[in-house]
Parts: sequence; structure tokens; C-alpha cells
Amino acid sequence: MRWTGLAASFAVLAAVAVLSLAVGAQAIPPAEVWQQLWRPDGGETAAIIHDLRIPRTLLGLCVGAALGLAGALMQALTRNPLADPGLLGVNAGASLAVVGAILLGIVDMRVWVWFSFAGAALAATAVYALGATGRGAASPARLVLAGAAVSAAFLAVIDAVLTLNAGVFDKWRFWDIGALAGRDAEVVRQVAPFIVVGAVLALGLGRGLNALALGEQAGQGLGASPGRIRLAGAGAIMLLCGAATAAAGPIGFIGLMAPHAVRAFTGPDNRWVLAYSAVLAPALLLAADVLGRVVMRPGELESGIVTAFVGAPVFVYLLRRRKVVRL
Amino acid sequence: MSVYRIVRTPSRRISARVHLRASAVVLVLLAAAAAVGLAALGTGSAVSVGDAARTLFGYGDATSEMVVYELRAPRVLLALLVGAALGAGGAVVQSLSRNPLGSPDVIGVNAGAAAGAVLVILVAGTSAPPAVAGGALVCGLAAALLVYVLSFKNGVQGTRLVLVGLGVTAMLHSVIAYLLSRADLYESEGAKVWLVGSLAGTGWERVWPVAAALAVLLPVTLALGRSLSTLEMGDDTAAALGLRVERLRLALLLASVALSGAAVSAAGPITFVALAAPQLSRRLTRAPGPGVAAAAATGALLLAAADLTAQRLPTPGQLPVGVLTGGLGGLYLAWLLHREWRAGRS
Repeated sequence: MRWTGLAASFAVLAAVAVLSLAVGAQAIPPAEVWQQLWRPDGGETAAIIHDLRIPRTLLGLCVGAALGLAGALMQALTRNPLADPGLLGVNAGASLAVVGAILLGIVDMRVWVWFSFAGAALAATAVYALGATGRGAASPARLVLAGAAVSAAFLAVIDAVLTLNAGVFDKWRFWDIGALAGRDAEVVRQVAPFIVVGAVLALGLGRGLNALALGEQAGQGLGASPGRIRLAGAGAIMLLCGAATAAAGPIGFIGLMAPHAVRAFTGPDNRWVLAYSAVLAPALLLAADVLGRVVMRPGELESGIVTAFVGAPVFVYLLRRRKVVRL
Repeated sequence: MSVYRIVRTPSRRISARVHLRASAVVLVLLAAAAAVGLAALGTGSAVSVGDAARTLFGYGDATSEMVVYELRAPRVLLALLVGAALGAGGAVVQSLSRNPLGSPDVIGVNAGAAAGAVLVILVAGTSAPPAVAGGALVCGLAAALLVYVLSFKNGVQGTRLVLVGLGVTAMLHSVIAYLLSRADLYESEGAKVWLVGSLAGTGWERVWPVAAALAVLLPVTLALGRSLSTLEMGDDTAAALGLRVERLRLALLLASVALSGAAVSAAGPITFVALAAPQLSRRLTRAPGPGVAAAAATGALLLAAADLTAQRLPTPGQLPVGVLTGGLGGLYLAWLLHREWRAGRS
């Protein structure tokens, strides 16, 4: 049953990916997409597909999967349904670093990627050091509060810079929306390795997280080591979410929503929640991106905006229809 | 020695159980808030702290009276009132949702208010304070109502309420981001300042609505808040102890939404006070239960101190207070957590 569902999810993802190649300012019929994909004839259509839409679709796949996995991990680690991937301070750290880069006069988006990745790593380390070290068992609630505290402090600096410097605000407001458009293949190549490592790490944690879900002591009794799982989880979140934010800006909501929506089908087993999230989150992101290209022709609506606008009603519907699965 | 003391009237008609440390903490916090307020009255050229104090007791000259009563007092009062409203509202929602991340923002009030204000500023093209505040209030309450209706299904379960709130909030934030990115840079900047939350340029007309709302809401919330610790034991236990759970929860929710609606329409969606104040006050009082009064006092102190700092900082323009609440509150909470864990308490 769950395997069938997973296969169906993959089919949905593949369909959405093809749509993402076909739909845009210049619509290309799927048959031609298929042909150009394998035997590019060097014409204009081939250029659109290979230079614009394939990088964009790949980026959507990577970013979506990363956000979905990071969200599922975060919720399982903190056992808090409100936890989203940004909670480790990753988004705030990345934003701060990008603001710093803009202040330094750097306008190249490929350099921003490294800045935001460094910022994300710094913030995640600070939150983890504050939230999970020290004497006594590190409880999920500490991690949550530490994340909120560090994020608030970072956001304060960002807001201070933005209100005092209009030039920075002008560049930053476009980055902050979160979008897949306008990134070239180079960006995908930069972040993909981090996402792959993070994804492998995340998918391997399912069993341990299931043991921890029974409570700290029961988990230890089952042979899971809470400290190690938490460290590995935080590392995976930092890699996944840091890379995703670096590539596409802070795309909210997917990481929060995908695991909740998925739990309506899979139940609380974290192995399945992780696997489904990794497949369905990119499907949602790509679908939002495709929709964003259609609704405001010839202009585009950024996928960061569409995601929340389309995702939220679905999310609310799922919450109303099913019983909320407790974490 | 017990940490509680029973206080009775001489006839023994009315009695109350008082948590000694919590009461002392509330008094200290209020005194500190008053001191910060006085310092804020004496900040700037022309009128010093001593002048401000003399003026308050009726011995000031005409200039000081004008500066203190017309220019500075509204801002200080608004900071105290808004801070108290945010702190009390946050304490109630955190207790109801049993979640340290819970604050009225999660059920959509702030996002709704922000979207309303941004709509008024960027689409209707006016930044007159009454229009912006009105738009914020209407949209904030509408968003909270929407969240409540959407999550109602045989009663409202805490987790579902909060999750639906997050969904609606995310939608509203995407609307805001869209409007900010499409608008003219100058107007967009103005909207951003409102979004951070600012107390600059406060006159009495901004204070009265909040003061009136608080005069009604704060006593109600404090009275209802006493049953929160029973409610925290779980719905079934609370019902067995004689509480009408669903009705009480609705009343508490309404009170906290109204509190934050009043705060946000007056000063913008000031971040972090609602989240941090209850957490800080709980650690200061070390009392069990949510402690609405202590949270309100902490919120007032936090916001007044942040606003004073915002005025004193040597920045090229004056920073909006929302920047400072995030910064100060975040750092203080981080420090508290750090110290607490070093000591091995939790």
C-alpha cells in the first residue's frame, strides 16, 4: 500500500516535471519536449529547454526535496508541529549573509550562494550549540526556543540594515520572495552535492527518529542514541535547508506543510514520512512554479508566492478532513 | 516556608492564594518599567530626567510641560500599553496551544493586520495613521476569525488551530511579499517600516484606543487567566474539575486576539515580545502556570526598554522599535537559556 503510494507520488512528480519543461512564455508541446530532450536540433526551442527550463526544473527538484526532507526532520527532531526548516536559524542566517553580501557591493548571484550557505551554517551551529549542549538532557523545547531566539536576533540586524539603507532593501526584497527563475545551471551544480549528502543522511535517520518519538528513555532502551541522532539531524537540516535557501531564497511553507500533508497518508512512521516528503515536496514546488508562469502572462509570479497561496488551502483541507497525527 | 500565602479580607469574605515570588517579581518589573518610562521622558535635548520628574509632579515650566505631555508621554505610554498587551496575549496563547512557539501571531492576527496595513499603504495609496490602523485592525481580526472558523470541527483542537493559523499566515505573507516587490521603492520602504513596528511620531490619538481596549481586556484576561493552569492539565481533567472547557477557551482566545489586535493596529506587528515575554517571566517568577500578569509586566518593560534604546542609539536615522525588540529579546532569551542549561535546570 505504502509502496504503491510512493510509486504514484513518483508518477505525479514526473508528470509535473514534464509540465515544467513544456509550459512557459513559449509553450512547447510535450511530444516536442521529449524529442528535444534527447536529440536537440540546436534551434530556439532546444535552447529554451536546455538552457532555461532544464536548470530551472532541476533546481525545483533539488530545492523541493531538500525543503521537504528538512521539514520532516525538524518536526521529528523537535516533536513540534510548528517546526519548519527555518527554525534552526538557517533562513535568518542565510538572509543576513545575503544582506551582508549586498552591503559589500556583490551583485553576482553565484557568489551570494556561498554567502548564504555560510550564514546558514553559522546560524545553525549557534542554535545547536545553544539548544543542545550543556548539562542535562537536551530537550526538543530547548532547541525550538534557541532557534527562535537566534532567528529573532539575526532578523533584527537585517531589519536594521534594511530600514536604514534603501539600496540594499531594493535588492533584498526580490531575493526574499524566493524563486526558481533566473538561476542558471551553475547554481544547481553548486548546491546539488550538499543536498545529496543531506538527503542520504536524512533518509538514514528514519529508524532512529521513530525510536526517539517514543520518548528519550524508551528510545535509549531501543538502542537509539538521542545525542547522536540529534546531531546528525541538525547536520542534515543545515546542509539541506542551507543549500535550498542559498539557491532559491527563503521559500517558506513547503518544509512546514509537506510533512503534515504526507502524514495524512503515511501515519507517524518517520521512514515513510521522510520518503514521501522527499518526493511530494518537489512536486508541489514545481507545480507552484508552473502555475506562477501561467497566471500572469506574459509576466511571472514567483514560486515562493504561489507555493503558499496554493499550498495553504490544500493544507487546511487536509487538516480538516483527517485527524491531526500527533508527533 | 511555603511559596504561597493566603490573603484574606478581615471578614474572610474574599480570599486569594498568592504566589510570593511571582508577586514580588511583578512589582519589581512594574517599578523597572516605570523607571524606564521616566528615563524615556527625559531623553533628548531640552528636558532632562529631573525636569521630567518635576513636571510629572506639577512643578515643571511651560516648555517642559509641552515636551513631556505632548511629545514624549504618548510614546512612552503607548510602548508600555502595547508591550503589556503583547505579553498577556502571548502568555494566553502559549498556554492554550501548549507550545512555546505559540503567540497570537500564529493564529493569524499579526499577518492579517500586516496584510491589511500594506494593502492600505500600497494599494489604496495612503499612509495616514487612522486609515492604516483601521485596515490593520479589520484585517487582523478577520484573519483570526477565518482561522478559528476553518479549524472548528466538533470544537477546536489546539494543534489544528495552530496549524491552520500557520497556513493562513503563510498565505498572507506571500501577499505581503508580492505587494512589497511590485510597489514603488519609496512606498515599499514606508510599508516595510510599518511592518517592523514603530512607535515614532506617536500622539495621544494613537494612545487612547489602545488604552481603552486594555482597560477592558486586561482585567478580563487576568481573571480568565487564573483557570489556565487548570486547563493545562488537559481538557478531560479540566472538565472534571468543573470548567466549561470549550467556552473558556473561546473566551481566552478572543481576549488574546483582541489584545494583540489592539497592539498591532497601534504600533505595527512588533516581533518577539509576545513570544519572549511569557518565557522570560516564567523563568523570573519560577511559578507554575502561565502567569499572565507577570508576562504583561515583562512585555511592558521589554518594549519600553527597546524603544528607549532605539531612541538613544547613534544610528543615521531612528531605528523602528521592532528591530530592537527582536535583537534585545532574542539575545536576552538566548542568554537565559544558556545560563539555565549550564546550571542543569530546565
